[in-house]
Amino acid sequence: MHVTSDKFSKNAADALHDPFLQGALQRATGKFVNERLRAVAEYPGFEALRDQGRAIKQEALDRLPELLEQFEEKVIERGGFVHWARDAHDANQIAINLARSEGVKVIVKSKSMTTEETNLNHALTEAGFEAVETDLGEYILQLDDDYPSHILAPAIHKTKEQVADIFDRRLHEKNPPDAGIPGLNTIARRALRTKFLSAQMGITGANFAVAETGTIVIVENEGNAALSTTLPKIHVAFVGIEKIVPRFNDLAVMLKLLPRSATGQRMSSYTNFLTGAARAGEEGPQKLHIILLDNGRTKIYADEKLQGSLRCIRCGACLNVCPVYQKVGGHAYGWVYPGPIGAVISPQYLGLERGHQLPFASSLCGACYEVCPVKIEIPHMLLELRNRVVEENTKATGRPAKRTFFEALSFQLFAVAARRPWLWGLGSAIGRRLLRSKASGGTVGKVELPVLRKWTSERDLAAPAEQSFLEQWKQRSGSKGGRA
Amino acid sequence: MAKPRRVSLFVTCLADQMRPETAWAAVELLERAGCTVDVPMAQTCCGQPAFNSGFRNEAREVARHWLKVFRDAEAIVCPSGSCASMVKVFFQELFEPQSPEGREVARLAERTYELTQFLVHVLGVTNVGAHYEGKVAYHASCHLLRELGERTSPKALLEKVVGAELVALPGSETVCCGFGGTFSVKLPEISTAMMDEKIRAIEASGADCVVACDGGCLLQISGGLTRQGARARAFHLAELLTGRVPEPDRR
Ligand code: SF4
Repeated sequence: MHVTSDKFSKNAADALHDPFLQGALQRATGKFVNERLRAVAEYPGFEALRDQGRAIKQEALDRLPELLEQFEEKVIERGGFVHWARDAHDANQIAINLARSEGVKVIVKSKSMTTEETNLNHALTEAGFEAVETDLGEYILQLDDDYPSHILAPAIHKTKEQVADIFDRRLHEKNPPDAGIPGLNTIARRALRTKFLSAQMGITGANFAVAETGTIVIVENEGNAALSTTLPKIHVAFVGIEKIVPRFNDLAVMLKLLPRSATGQRMSSYTNFLTGAARAGEEGPQKLHIILLDNGRTKIYADEKLQGSLRCIRCGACLNVCPVYQKVGGHAYGWVYPGPIGAVISPQYLGLERGHQLPFASSLCGACYEVCPVKIEIPHMLLELRNRVVEENTKATGRPAKRTFFEALSFQLFAVAARRPWLWGLGSAIGRRLLRSKASGGTVGKVELPVLRKWTSERDLAAPAEQSFLEQWKQRSGSKGGRA
Repeated sequence: MAKPRRVSLFVTCLADQMRPETAWAAVELLERAGCTVDVPMAQTCCGQPAFNSGFRNEAREVARHWLKVFRDAEAIVCPSGSCASMVKVFFQELFEPQSPEGREVARLAERTYELTQFLVHVLGVTNVGAHYEGKVAYHASCHLLRELGERTSPKALLEKVVGAELVALPGSETVCCGFGGTFSVKLPEISTAMMDEKIRAIEASGADCVVACDGGCLLQISGGLTRQGARARAFHLAELLTGRVPEPDRR
């Protein structure tokens, strides 16, 4: 996919001017937020559960090398295969080679952010396979050559009218008048059923990988992951190395946290536990291949300040509550991972050069941290990344890069003045006078001056005081004879 | 622990320059509660704008100055949730915890308080004899709420205001006003889209005024209210508590 993270502000401005998108975002995020609140409220001790979730995922990170080996061992014991992929290209190539050697033509896929990250569909199509997304949202996007704008509800940005139009154009199926969303479901189901029955390979992601038993867990609501992992004779799972949990029992916590945080469900409609390949007399795929993906994760792992971002279980709760995401939607972030967690991890996966705008796409309100089921300190990580962007900007030349030159200079002056009260007092007196000269009736309206223009285009600025508080205080203490 | 009676006011640069009323209100509340208020004249800013913009070296220099200015304070009180969190939470990011400066940060952070927290939790004051006729909405500023975890002290003070009818502000604790420091001018379209939502909520609440405990949020909210010709006005809770209510025709 085409990465546009470095154009966040432009993407965001476009999104703000798209009334369809604004309506869709408001409805969808509002619904998710409310459902989550309800589900959390009915579970006393949800806060304690978050602490447990955090502890489990942190333990998994602390013991990651050992747990990954244990996981591999257990999968092999149960007749599965494990492949290690260094990057996206490796992972896709492993899947392609498997499909070639097994004579596969049609592949069904269930929703997986990890395969979005590796851009698998594109690679499979290039290699000559027919790969079909079977999650309804993903299927819609695939037909429209689009990509997800939400971790959970990938087609959140599409209205039902747009979907009807896509089905009409691409499947030549018209949704009968009054058939509404159920009608659209029927069309998709009919089209997908033939794919399920003809596919020789199913590709999925995984929500959790249990080291103790070699089990992978897939949580879903449509049943398409269940079909993708049972009908085709080969199952390939793309699993990021951070999906590990140590023990099967840990799922008791994680499976309470995930659906409640994600969709406000007590339990998802389907929770698939897949341990090894089908044995004699069992149903299911005869071959199970698990691709363990690094693709930059070990780099984050080694980064003390940001390692915690690997705890993420991709529940999407931070997106739904984020006031920035609510306004600009997922595509503005310009890559597969949007929202607050995207603003933290995308710059790490893509590099600071391409991701430099994302850490600034936040008012630092902290709503994300408050809902995160594994307590990732997103606002603090954004601050850390902001600092790295600034350092990166000056590192190469020793001087700030052009795009931040003015800002860097301003903050240097700021720091010089803030340590010299007389200079600070002088500078701010001039600033106040300037602002007051632009004010009328106590407020400053639209002003065409740098920075101020950005503030005053849509809001007033209350005019500053004629005398600062410190000056006023000095007078009072003076007249009282008190110390200043 | 004996209640500190000598209080150093950390005015915050925003209140100092833009809205001295807030600082005067804080002084009055503290003096009425029996404290002696000292205002260190060498204070400037805590460095938050630089820190939040990623300029940590510059922020560190400003923080050093702050540490020097407030070195001898018994208790440091500041009428802003975000400036208090800068000192209490983020100064730690700027210095090695084991270094002399790091230890100094820890020592002063412990005795730094946001104004309402100091009044309610340290001095045990909730009734300050305030009076206001009208409907009041409270906007919970994000940093006070989430970095300092304060949900109760502003409301405890508000509930004792005679004559005031507290109205629910939809999304008071969930919807950020969109200020976000330099975010407000770096991504102004998003910032004001968030502000618009806050203004709609204030209008829907029927409030005559909205109070908060952070000058940044108030700059944003009042700027939006006056630009949009809304009826309600926004000012600091301390101003409401001391009867420093702006004249309706100020705009
Ligand atoms: S960062 Fe936390 S809230 Fe956001 S998707 Fe990941 S687990 Fe969910």
